[in-house]
This record gives sequence, C-alpha cells and structure tokens, in this order.
Amino acid sequence: MNRLPITKTPKCLVGGAFIRSESGRVYPLQDSSGEFFANIPLCTRKDLRNAVEAAAKAFSSWSARSAYNRGQILYRLAEMIEPRAEELVRAIMTTQPDRPAAESEVQTAIDRIVHYAGWTDKYGPLLGSVNPVASSHFNFTVTEPMGIVGIIAPEESSLLGLLSMILPAITSGNAVVALTSHARPYSSILLGEMLAVSDLPAGVVNILTGARADILPTMATHEHIRAVYACVGKAGRTEIQKGCAESVKRTVFLDEEKTIDWHSESAQGLDKIRSFVESKTVWHPIGN
Amino acid sequence: MKSGNPLSLRKLVCKVGSVDEVGLGERVAKYSTRSLKKESKIFALRLAASMVDLTTLEGKDTPGKVAALCLKALHPHAGASVPCAAAVCVYPSMVRHAKPILRGTKVKIASVATAFPSGQAPLATRLAEVRAAVGDGADEIDMVINRGAFLAGELNLVQDEISAVREACGKSALKVILETSELETGDNIRAASFLAMQVLREGDFIKTSTGKTAANATLANNQIMLDAIRDHYFATGVEIAMKPAGGIRTAKQAVTFLIAVKETLGDRWLNNTRYRFGASALLNDLARQLMKEKTGRYQAPYTFSEASGSY
Repeated sequence: MNRLPITKTPKCLVGGAFIRSESGRVYPLQDSSGEFFANIPLCTRKDLRNAVEAAAKAFSSWSARSAYNRGQILYRLAEMIEPRAEELVRAIMTTQPDRPAAESEVQTAIDRIVHYAGWTDKYGPLLGSVNPVASSHFNFTVTEPMGIVGIIAPEESSLLGLLSMILPAITSGNAVVALTSHARPYSSILLGEMLAVSDLPAGVVNILTGARADILPTMATHEHIRAVYACVGKAGRTEIQKGCAESVKRTVFLDEEKTIDWHSESAQGLDKIRSFVESKTVWHPIGN
Repeated sequence: MKSGNPLSLRKLVCKVGSVDEVGLGERVAKYSTRSLKKESKIFALRLAASMVDLTTLEGKDTPGKVAALCLKALHPHAGASVPCAAAVCVYPSMVRHAKPILRGTKVKIASVATAFPSGQAPLATRLAEVRAAVGDGADEIDMVINRGAFLAGELNLVQDEISAVREACGKSALKVILETSELETGDNIRAASFLAMQVLREGDFIKTSTGKTAANATLANNQIMLDAIRDHYFATGVEIAMKPAGGIRTAKQAVTFLIAVKETLGDRWLNNTRYRFGASALLNDLARQLMKEKTGRYQAPYTFSEASGSY
C-alpha cells in the first residue's frame, strides 16, 4: 500500500515550546546531495525579543537553584542524549555526510555536557576568594551569573560548537538565547528537542534559526541581554561591539576566520565559565 | 438544577437586549490583529499613559508608598516623555496623604469606597465612607455595586444605592464597579451596565472589576460595556465613560483595548475623561515601550521599576 511520508517541520525552541517564526518566513535547507530537506524558520528581531522574555522568566529560578542541582540537571541531559546519539549523528550527516566525524562530534558533545555538569559546584570556590584588606573588614568575593547571554553560534559546527558556547553560560546559572548556524541548523533543532524533554527548565536555553543579519543587530542592542558570546568575523565583531557599547554589555568573541578545534581540551573549562559571571565583593565589618 | 436568573433580572435583560457571546468572542479576537504603524503606536501608547488610574489597593499601603505613587503619576519616566497619569487610585484613608502632593496638578485622586471590594456593609456605612473620602479631597469615587442584591433580582435596591452614592459624591465623579466576574454572564453585565447608567451623570464611569477576584477586565467584558455605553448614548445622548481594571499589565493589551474604544465609540471617547485604565504595572510597560520606540532598542523591565522576569 502506498503511504504518504510524514515529513517533519523543524521548529525553534523558545520558552520550552516549539515555535515557528512570528513572521511566518522560512528558508529551504538542502541536504548534502543537494535535495530539498526541510524549511527552516527565518527568525526575526521579534522572535529574539520573545526569546529574551522567555529567558528572563527562566533566569530567576534557574540561577537560584543550588549548584549541585544544576549539575544533576546537566548530567541528566547527557544521560538523555546518550541513547539518542545515533539520531544526532544522522542529523549532522544531512549536511555533512562524513559518518566518523559526525559520531566523534556527538560523543565529544555528550562528554562536554558531563564536563560542565561537574563544574557547577566547583567553579564557585575557584573563582571566588577571601581578600586580604588593611582594615577591620572581612572581605570576600563571590561570583554571580550575569543574566541573559546572547550567543551567535559558529556556522561550521552546529551541535558541538553551539553546545560548547551554551554550556559554560548555563553552568553558572545564566539563561541563553542562541542563534544557530544558518547553513547547518538541523542538529541544533534536534538538540532543542532533546533539551525540551530534559530536566532543564523551560526558557533556560532558547535556540533560534535564521539569518545573522536579522538577529545580530538586535541581539547587540537589546538592553536586557547582559553578554554576547559570538563566533563571528571582523565585520560582525565590529557591529556587535558598537551595539553592545550603548547598553554596556560584555562581549566575548571567537574568531570565525580561524579554524576552531571544538574537540580540543581548550574548548572547555573554567576560563569559559569565568567569562559569564560577575564578581561581587563584600566588605563585612568585623570587631577590633 | 441550577436556578436561573430571577424574573426581574430576566425582564431587564429582555428590555436592554441580550449579548451574543460567540459573535462577541470573534469580534474582540480581531482587535488584536490590527497592524499599527509607528506613529499610531506612539500616539496610542501616550494616550494610554494619560488614561492610567495608577492604583495601589493593598493592606500594606503606607503614606510613604502612596506619596511615591503620586510622584510617579506626575512624572512616570524622565527619558521617554511619558504624559502624566490620569489619576491615582487609593483607599479612602490614603486620600489625605495624596492630596498635598497632587493639589493643583492634572493628576486626580480617585478613591475606592463603599466597603471595597465586597460592598458587604450597611448602606449607611458605605455612604459615610464616600463622604469621608470626598471630604478628604477625592476627585473621583470608585464604588462597588451590591452584587448579591443584583443576582437576587433586587434591581431597584441596587439602583437606589447607586443613586444614593452619587448624591454623596457631590461634584466628584463616580465610577461604578460592576465586578463582571461575579455577574456570571454577558447578559447580566449588559443589564447591570444599563442599571447603573440610568442613574449616572455625563462623565461618570462604569468599571469592570475590583481587581480583587480571579477574573478581571477582558476584551470581551470591556466590549459588552462599550456596546452598552454606545446604545445608551444613542438613546439618551448622555456620554458615560468607561474604565476596565485589573489584569491589564502590558502596553500591547492597552493598545488593543483602545482599538476597541476607537471602533465602538469613536474619537469622542479617546481621552481620559471618557476612558481610563485601572492598573498598577501598566504605566511601567507603556514607558518601556515608548522608550523602545524612541531609541530603537528593546528595553529591560528592571530600568522601569519592574522585576527582571516580569514580562
């Protein structure tokens, strides 16, 4: 019997819900053989605005969770993805048909989640300090998450690259609004589907698809986004810096024009977490 | 079997006409689909700000909090050139604290009275409360109707009480809160609107809700009351004003309500003597949106007196 195939409409993840762009616009995605694969939402600045609202709602409770609990949730995410690794491999292979490379990317991605799950209750003691001061104060520094972090993910690596940028931000309790690869969005969309059914609260990670030209200027100027972490070239860097100046955002860049080894140890770790925390120093009066 | 409305109420509904709730739902759903151009949006945001009855009705209200509210009504936001609010709305005991700050300004003092929000007190007590508030300097009185009597069919009693409160108001404007969520049906809201309007003066208000129940102002009950005001105006020539209250938190909602006013009653009602919003957080969001229109940048709520996650 002939059966009509049920094709999937890829959607973005905003506030734990799967959305199309409010504009209704899409762009066609071809697979590696040049065949039409799916229509991908072309998100607009209004979608970004909505995603920031979702992230803002999620931030207060996510950042208030204990470090230990955030670690549990991240570890559980790795547990959830591990048995679905093959799905992710196939998603990567729609646009990059090299199977060993795809398998390796998924494995590193899962290990990276576990890596940051371990950091949640350890970065605090390492980045904080008790400071010697020449007055009768007990002076100490603790770190706090910044709030909402905007991410422009690399074009090349839409699973490992995207995750490597999201994870250090959410480890310390930030919420994230990310724009994923324009050319290779499908594995990010599948990742979004896995995030939505993990224990990660809705809105902590929001993933948009579309064109950088539509999203990047608004992400840079949106007052509520407190840091922008972007894998861009020189022109993108200048545009983001100009936009971020007005609202005094922190900017962290990866150079798109150089080859980034996402598998490397240097693509993860404490320095990445440090980039998205604020230090709070307390002067506590003591006797004598 | 649930007993229906008493005979007197059914007769009133027959007389003033009933409400087609399905058609109404479709009609109000269309209001939020209008595409507004930039100048119209700025006009609507500024107009909505000038219509806000900035409200604080909490047990923990203090003279200091009311003073801060008054200053906010006068100067909502420095950067976004937001017009001052229409009024502050407070409990009667707070009127005398607001008066010295607002005397001689465009911002009026509205006071809820008549045993707000339940209205369950003897008439003499309720009238005494109104007189006290007016005596302290309230320019407007927000009364609640006797819902128990209305639903029991004692319509003359309800109307006589409204008349009595109107007398007690003297020159102060009267706003009659129907508390739509407790009237159960659209027919009852329309009937109650007429019951109130028949004894109100031009420029007095009918108002949806106290803001103290689960369901507050909605586009649908706002529309029922706007339609009632229009029909009353065509029949008598008396222009009754309208105030939705409770649950209107965002600028977008407020603009949609204004579209309903514009398309039902026209430009004569698009000012703060004919239409008001009872709200506490709305003014912050209006300022935030006006700032966004001015700068082109999306704004964070925490620079407009709101918590970070309060979208």
